[in-house]
Amino acid sequence: MDAINYIHEELKSNKGLPTFHPGDNIEVGYRIIEGDKERIQKFRGDVLQIKGEGATKTFTVRKMSNGVGVERIFPFSSPNITEIKILKKGKVRRARLFYLRDRVGKKARIKEKRTLRPTK
Amino acid sequence: MNGLIGKKIGMTSVFDDAGKYVACTVIEAGPCVVTQVRTEEADGYTALQLGYGEAKTKNTSQALQGHFQKAKTGPKRKVVEFRDFDIEKSIGDVIKVEEVFEEGDYVNAVGTSKGKGFQGVVKRHGFAGVNDATHGQHNRQRAPGSIGAASYPARVFKGMRMAGRTGGKRVKINNLEVVKIFPEKNLILVKGAVPGHKGAFVILEK
Repeated sequence: MDAINYIHEELKSNKGLPTFHPGDNIEVGYRIIEGDKERIQKFRGDVLQIKGEGATKTFTVRKMSNGVGVERIFPFSSPNITEIKILKKGKVRRARLFYLRDRVGKKARIKEKRTLRPTK
Repeated sequence: MNGLIGKKIGMTSVFDDAGKYVACTVIEAGPCVVTQVRTEEADGYTALQLGYGEAKTKNTSQALQGHFQKAKTGPKRKVVEFRDFDIEKSIGDVIKVEEVFEEGDYVNAVGTSKGKGFQGVVKRHGFAGVNDATHGQHNRQRAPGSIGAASYPARVFKGMRMAGRTGGKRVKINNLEVVKIFPEKNLILVKGAVPGHKGAFVILEK
């Protein structure tokens, strides 16, 4: 196990992705190569879960697209992730939000976590 | 054939330069000690005998202790001969992973597959079994079917594939790509799976 951790440390990409949690609303910029053309696709949705450790750590993002639920799993170590923007912090009580899959419409919303702005 | 003895550490996945996610096996390869040099004059063939892994002296026979003494090294757990080694080495020398392999090389991995116990023909030989659950079938779904004819030949041919002990055999996987080498920890990453459990001996040859 030590040896595998060592390899993960060695191969870690220092992209400096922001830390986010399940329930957050994020936008992932993902590089897509079609033939010799390259473009960046934005995928915006709620984080359902964060799973794994080291080089095999992944996160799942769910969004509603034309009334159809779409989920994508991204590896944290993927070189194709160009950026991650945190749009909203969610207020949730568990680490795996699979219950959202059974909900539609207004019930599938996540409460936003509001933090007091520091006063100057 | 150049090679090294190693130990399977486990598996992980890494992204390659093309952005593809590649499943890899981590192997601790070497360092190995040359315990004997076979020469054309003395033995009729050329080879290097390598030793790997520390063994306890009390578990090593006197004869082997003397053998390792000649190479001025401690007792080794695994000793393997590699025929026609390209790298010139003399007895007692240490061979490290970066001397033998390079990134991008294709290597063969030899190991002992995981023991699976007594298994039926579906798992052991890939038989299809009976694919019907109806049409008169009862508890025959994974049965082998007929194993021969009747009064002639009146026996079952030798080598007929049947149920039995599965796994735990020497298996060689050919042409695994070396993805990365970490010389400071003697680690090597090869693409794909390698036979055996974690901690099992693996022979890598090029």
